[in-house]
Amino acid sequence: MKNFKSLALLLMSLALVAFLSACGGTPEVEKVETVEVEEAEPVEEAAEVEVETEAEEEPAAAAEEPAEEEAMEEEAVAEEPAEEEAMAEEAAPAAQTDRSDIRIVVVSHGQASDPFWSVVQNGVQQAGEDMGVTVEYQAPQTFDMVAMSQLIDAAVASNPNGLVVSIPDASALEDSIRAAVDAGIPVVSMNSGSDVAKDFGILVHVGQTEYEAGLGGGQRMAEAGVTNALCINQEVGNVALDLRCQGFTDAIEEAGGTVEVIAVELADPIDSQQRISAAIVSNNPDGILTLGPTGAAPALAALEEDGLLGEIQLGTFDLSPEVLEAVRDGNMLFAIDQQQYIQGYLPIVLLTLYNTNLNTIANDVLMTGPGFVTQDTAAQVIDLSAAGTR
Amino acid sequence: MATTTVTPKGDERLVEASLLKRLLSRPELGAAAGAILVWLIFALAAPTGFLSLRGAASYLEVSAQLGILAVAVSLLMIAGEFDLSIGSLVGFAGATTAILASEFGIPLYVGAIVALVLSLVIGFFNGYLVIKTKLPSFIITLGSLFIIRGLTIGLTRLITGRTQVGGLDDFAGYAFMRSLFAIDIPIAGVGFSISIFWWLLLGAIATWVLLRTQIGNWIFGSGGAPQAARQVGVPVDKVKVGLFMTTAFAAWLLATIQVITVKSADTLRGEQQEFFAIIAVVIGGTLLTGGYGSAIGAVLGALIFGMVKQGLVFAGVDADWFFVFMGAMLVIAVLVNNYIRRRAEAARK
Repeated sequence: MKNFKSLALLLMSLALVAFLSACGGTPEVEKVETVEVEEAEPVEEAAEVEVETEAEEEPAAAAEEPAEEEAMEEEAVAEEPAEEEAMAEEAAPAAQTDRSDIRIVVVSHGQASDPFWSVVQNGVQQAGEDMGVTVEYQAPQTFDMVAMSQLIDAAVASNPNGLVVSIPDASALEDSIRAAVDAGIPVVSMNSGSDVAKDFGILVHVGQTEYEAGLGGGQRMAEAGVTNALCINQEVGNVALDLRCQGFTDAIEEAGGTVEVIAVELADPIDSQQRISAAIVSNNPDGILTLGPTGAAPALAALEEDGLLGEIQLGTFDLSPEVLEAVRDGNMLFAIDQQQYIQGYLPIVLLTLYNTNLNTIANDVLMTGPGFVTQDTAAQVIDLSAAGTR
Repeated sequence: MATTTVTPKGDERLVEASLLKRLLSRPELGAAAGAILVWLIFALAAPTGFLSLRGAASYLEVSAQLGILAVAVSLLMIAGEFDLSIGSLVGFAGATTAILASEFGIPLYVGAIVALVLSLVIGFFNGYLVIKTKLPSFIITLGSLFIIRGLTIGLTRLITGRTQVGGLDDFAGYAFMRSLFAIDIPIAGVGFSISIFWWLLLGAIATWVLLRTQIGNWIFGSGGAPQAARQVGVPVDKVKVGLFMTTAFAAWLLATIQVITVKSADTLRGEQQEFFAIIAVVIGGTLLTGGYGSAIGAVLGALIFGMVKQGLVFAGVDADWFFVFMGAMLVIAVLVNNYIRRRAEAARK
């Protein structure tokens, strides 16, 4: 359905160009016909959208006049004793039990080229199908918080029934997220932002706490005898990744070792591999932690090329097929699993339930990790990962 | 804007052209048609969000941020040069302001002025190197793109140990800076970013300079026929250096707006913006070869860009498909632009 809509939009724009160029020459009847046929579909959809939003436009209009809004809130409170203001504001959408009317927008910071985020996106889409709701997935094309805050603004303007965000930079995204909450849109955060979610008025955060996960990884490394480690950061500027390195560093240093942070280019594995190779030569480490599969793959390649597989202990955050195979074959010590599939899946479920049934979660953070995949469990997880769900 | 109807000086100055013909001869006409087309497409495809005031505020802010760069870049491109370093300069200027405030306790407005001076110096060096080495500005500024980005990341990590500096609203001078660069102006209950005002102001000033001042003639001359311009006494080198400093100024302005708006600086800010700015300028009818173009066109090019970028979100197009639509829309806008211009030129004869 989503792709169909995209194609319709593309066809429509192409048709318009065809139409314009047709005007340049002698007008041909054929081309004009094409335009009409292809325009018909989007118009239908436009009508659909209008119907969908008629019910929601009222609260939006009411927001302009606070007096009216308060009146509505009180009404809602009378109907169902709700503890929080946000709940009262949501009384109108809550009445809407038809799930096919529910539209949830996901705005993450995950770049499309990152296999980690494609699993999140699979979770989002599967949940959309399972719940029978419409989901839309958005992400900025580079790690750019200004662009991401603008995506959130746009999502809020389209007045969805629920919003899912990741919060890699709290101060940059705060205004946009608060605006969403103020507009009465229920917001669930996922992946990064566990520390600020509650403060922003977000219903619940679904994810893992980064520092503790890094600390856990560091402790495992220290147990394996690592004293001189590298932390490979493939997304310099992401606070969550800085925290992972920090936790890892603290654990290793507590055990009497040292850690150096190496920055690599997310989108360029060959370059990353060379940088890791160079760092191995200059630092002579006995352990390496990468912060995601995009760092783990070049690290594995670098170790293999230098014949150091198994000699230098390698651990990573997050799974990918090649990471799991390396763990299974004993070339990698562990993979820290934050189970990002459910970070995509659960927010959709939670927001659907919130819209239809006003259900909320009592915890501030729904922990999806850290779990550790080791040689014992790797084989089972491999099949799941190949299917794009782990 | 009234200035759109003015024929460039030196262009068929003895012929008294009709208003319509003069209008058709403007380079930004195609971009205006493209903007209307893109608006119509999204008005049909995503009426809910796109036509709402909040939606307009959203795409105008995106347009404004790119447009501030694009207006300055259009002047430089008319003078026949490129500046690829502005994206990196956005990251640099923002990080400078934020680090001065967070690490050295310098009020934000002082930090911003220091960042402005540094940006102008970098802009000056870009221009100076281009003039002195006679290398293409594409190469020189490609070098400075990497140097500035690397310096920003390196120095920021050296000084702060991190790549982001956040919580700027706690520092001295934030409220004052916010009122200048990041305040939302409420129109009918929806906040419109003040960056939109900066964008239009820059566009108006650039248009005025291009069409009504001697410097404007110099800019066209420097790009269109530099040798001839030199021979009639146009200080081509000074014009170009000045324009490199103008693009650096625009990068600083955008950096300041972004830093104050999101209350944090990030070493990666502004990545790829140099290319998007050039794209916006080309959509606006400015030739890559220089000597022909308009600042209003750049304003409209940025508007098209913002509408496409945010419109895709309103239309519910998944992020996977973003680049496909982005590319398709840009090609379409340029095609429409060229088509209209051809028609206009034919009508003029």
